[in-house]
Amino acid sequence: MSRGGFWSVALAVGWRNAHNFFTNPAMAIPALMFPLFFFTAFAGGLSRVDSVPGFDFDGGYTTFVYGFVLLQASAFGGIFTGFSIARDFESGFSRRLMLAASRRGGIVAGYWLAALVRAVFTVSVITVVALIAGLTIDGSAVDLVGLYTLAILVNAVAMLFGSGVAMRLRTMQAGPAMQTPAFLFLFLAPVWVPYDLLTGWVQAAASVNPVTLVLEAGRGLLSGDPTEVLPAFAVVLLLAAVTVLWAYGGLRSAERVA
Amino acid sequence: MLARRSVVRTLRQPLMVVPSLVFPLLLLSINSSGLESTTMLPGFPTDSYFEFALAIAFVQGALFSANSAGTNVANDIESGFLNRLSLTPLRRVALMMGQLSGILALGLIQAVTFVLVGVAFGAGIEAGLLGAVVIVAMSLTISLAFGCIGAFVALRSGSGEAVQGVFPLFFAALFLSSMALPRDLIEIDWFQTVATYNPVSYMLEGIRSLVITGWDGEALALGFACAGGVALIALAAASSALRTRMVRT
Repeated sequence: MSRGGFWSVALAVGWRNAHNFFTNPAMAIPALMFPLFFFTAFAGGLSRVDSVPGFDFDGGYTTFVYGFVLLQASAFGGIFTGFSIARDFESGFSRRLMLAASRRGGIVAGYWLAALVRAVFTVSVITVVALIAGLTIDGSAVDLVGLYTLAILVNAVAMLFGSGVAMRLRTMQAGPAMQTPAFLFLFLAPVWVPYDLLTGWVQAAASVNPVTLVLEAGRGLLSGDPTEVLPAFAVVLLLAAVTVLWAYGGLRSAERVA
Repeated sequence: MLARRSVVRTLRQPLMVVPSLVFPLLLLSINSSGLESTTMLPGFPTDSYFEFALAIAFVQGALFSANSAGTNVANDIESGFLNRLSLTPLRRVALMMGQLSGILALGLIQAVTFVLVGVAFGAGIEAGLLGAVVIVAMSLTISLAFGCIGAFVALRSGSGEAVQGVFPLFFAALFLSSMALPRDLIEIDWFQTVATYNPVSYMLEGIRSLVITGWDGEALALGFACAGGVALIALAAASSALRTRMVRT
């Protein structure tokens, strides 16, 4: 494996970013705390919502909220990696990296590995907390493989989107441009109640939001009642294909100024 | 002079003003559509979740104030402005209040905007016009309370990054309160206990009472006592931190 080759670059970039994540509390703590806050606040504060007429999810409210927080943690693991890319451009590290790497696609692959590590860590902690708080998993082992594969794909989509933005704008001030669309896509879905209980413009937005499909498939896999799994995977794979092109364009843009 | 500088500095930064108005309103809109069905729960105090959730916008706006206040004070420390001020015979409390004037101006803009948006989108303020004035007053007290905490963190640490790092804790205080449901409808015991001891619950309930119930002396007294109490404690702590920092200077 040559030093400037694809996997060599990917592993080096992945290792460096994962190391930064675990050794810098300012990066690790917010990434962990936000999904935990959401889980605690909504699973605890809104637990009575499962008594609302029409709430038809069998797994209980803790499981219902876990389905969302899993997706959120995966997505933000990817988005926060976009922040790291922007920081590397600001510090000049990326410029040096571009000069050293002959296969620059390895740089994006390395950031994806780091995003994956971050998401696995965050999701693991949240899952332990959720199990303590009463998460019930009725899905089979195959369902769970499907659920966490979906989460990994969502993480990759978010990371590729974030990296495309970060490599085009190359500044930390691009943070809102990465975070806001992710936030809107996530929250304009059936977050707290099933789709049928949404009202007003949020229900209209949720009906065309691809995250709705992914969220409902994830919850179905959790409760052992898989629904819309194939369409959900199709949507996520389509988004992955689009964001690969988006990230590739970002890389080309960054190469031109490197 | 300091107050004027603080007001101008805060209001001329769109990145401080716009998110503190847009994000609370966006969340209000999403929450009120997403959780409207919870009004069907027996014992829910109103048939409009928008009216119930309106109070969250005021407290959330105040959380942004804490961040802004802390960041402004940290900038003054990092740029050496506070060092130069320490050579003048200014009283600490006057200096602190001067520094926080910008946050109060921002708090006023937020509160008036949220009241107007609330009324425009159908939240009838049960306590009437005077009630709206009291909502603005309580909202300003809450902004002052969180702004003082932000200033305290900045003065203790001298770093804008530390202020940003504390920001999630402010959100934890909001999340672990009666933000999403009335306290008596919270099912999980430990959460209900935390929400009961959390002063943010009483700040929310004070504003909420004026929107939903009308004039509720107990809710208002508790709301003002919690907001004012936190403001006084945080102001005293920030003044003390300011003294320490000036001695170091």
